[in-house]
Amino acid sequence: MPIRPLTPADLPSSEITPESLYLNRREWLAAAGLAVGAIAGASALIPRAAGAQQPLGTPYGLRPDDKATPWDDVTSYNNFYEFGTSKDEPAEMAKGFKPRPWTVKVDGLVKKPGDYALDDLLKAGKVEDRIYRHRCVEAWSMVIPWRGIMLADVLKRAEPTPGAKYVEFTTLYDPNRMPGQRSPVLRWPYTEGLRLDEAMHPLTLLASGVYGRDLPNQNGAPLRLVTPWKYGFKGIKSIVRIRLTDKQPSTAWNDSAPSEYGFYCNVNPTVDHPRWSQAKERRIGEFLRRPTLMFNGYAEQVASLYSGMDLRKNY
Amino acid sequence: MQMPMWWEQVRAVKRPPWWKWAVWIAILAPGLATIAALLSDFLMNTRWLGSNPIKEGEQILGKLTIKYLVATLAVTPLRSLLGWNWLGRERRTLGLTAFFYALTHFLWYVLLDIQLDGRDLAEDLTKRTYIIVGFAALLVMLPLALTSTTAAIARLRKKWVTLHRWTYVVPILGIVHWWMSVKADIGEPVLYSVTFAALLGWRWWHARRETSSHATTTPARPGPA
Repeated sequence: MPIRPLTPADLPSSEITPESLYLNRREWLAAAGLAVGAIAGASALIPRAAGAQQPLGTPYGLRPDDKATPWDDVTSYNNFYEFGTSKDEPAEMAKGFKPRPWTVKVDGLVKKPGDYALDDLLKAGKVEDRIYRHRCVEAWSMVIPWRGIMLADVLKRAEPTPGAKYVEFTTLYDPNRMPGQRSPVLRWPYTEGLRLDEAMHPLTLLASGVYGRDLPNQNGAPLRLVTPWKYGFKGIKSIVRIRLTDKQPSTAWNDSAPSEYGFYCNVNPTVDHPRWSQAKERRIGEFLRRPTLMFNGYAEQVASLYSGMDLRKNY
Repeated sequence: MQMPMWWEQVRAVKRPPWWKWAVWIAILAPGLATIAALLSDFLMNTRWLGSNPIKEGEQILGKLTIKYLVATLAVTPLRSLLGWNWLGRERRTLGLTAFFYALTHFLWYVLLDIQLDGRDLAEDLTKRTYIIVGFAALLVMLPLALTSTTAAIARLRKKWVTLHRWTYVVPILGIVHWWMSVKADIGEPVLYSVTFAALLGWRWWHARRETSSHATTTPARPGPA
């Protein structure tokens, strides 16, 4: 399958908001929010924490009303069961986690397997900032400025053999450093998988940062997967192994509840989760729900990957 | 059996004069605080309920419902254990509180979570088992709440006792609703299941003891245990 190039022109790095600006946004937003709230009254969107966000990297497929979700929300509302099952636990429980030194094994059906120190792994591609929509399977969403490289570059360097059809990702397993792994809420270590063409897609990122900084621990430091057209749990965190295989890898949530979480996990407003509708989502920071977009709004880029497939069966 | 002195003193504690106010605060404060936190988060950009205040508040109210149901069922065992007969009237207070929290939880879901989306509501109430179960709990509570007045108790007499045995079904539905709604972490639902089992187990044990040792000498206490 041909890889379709993406169109948006790269923005110069001067467009990126300086750290000092976005870290202090809460303060003036508090004042701005009050003023705007008073004006807006009972009207549609109450911009609790939205506000005018400067472009931060390349806004891939963003719409005019997609504003980057504030740093505080991106880094305090996390599903990362390795550090606790509530949303606020990971930020607290991962405080002492040391994400460096870090080694990633790239192996399986490749001509050049290897163990890479994180910085060496990242040399496979060009580190760039990209703003993506992020849709959680729980029907909330964010807009997140990631920093990372294309997974395709890492895979190309390893040279997949012709038999390679899938990529399996594995999170660190170390219950001493990841205390959530001491309770059997999921099968540890967390694993995820992509078809090789999905993994090679130019939208697929290996992210090492967010908001222009290294990933905070609760966001999956030091390295995580980002596939913006899939539900968030596909974005496996704290990756230690990338293995190419000829068989569809087993994935943690699919193992846990196969009727609720499939292998593909593509964002699809027409296929409900058994326990809730996926037709709408709540963007963090907004009051009213928004309609969920097919492939999370990336249909133009990725729909061809699934042509002819029954997305009801392959959820 | 001789009881130690301090235990006799505990059992002799009378209803303190501030009790009524303490109860009012205990039943109102958590709900009012949750609503105030939501308003503050949206209007003043605070973070009392975190990044997703609507979802957080909804879950807080659901858990509060379960907690007041526990409290309701704990009154009779506590009264019996401590000999504080004045606790008895709080069964009604706490039961009604649980009902109002369940109702608020439901209204929060309809108004703030799905925001009056009729299609969502219709699908949830017909296709999603955990929502059906939760709604059933609310429906079971409704006639109990409506017949909680002194006049209704007097009018219904024995029928009231039978009707209000449904109280024991509510926490079971509530916990099943909660258990089915979590993704993987069943820790808290399990904890509350054990608590409910203990409170129901105490009643069973107590009833057995009463019938075996006092059946002929002690008349049955009126009202449900």
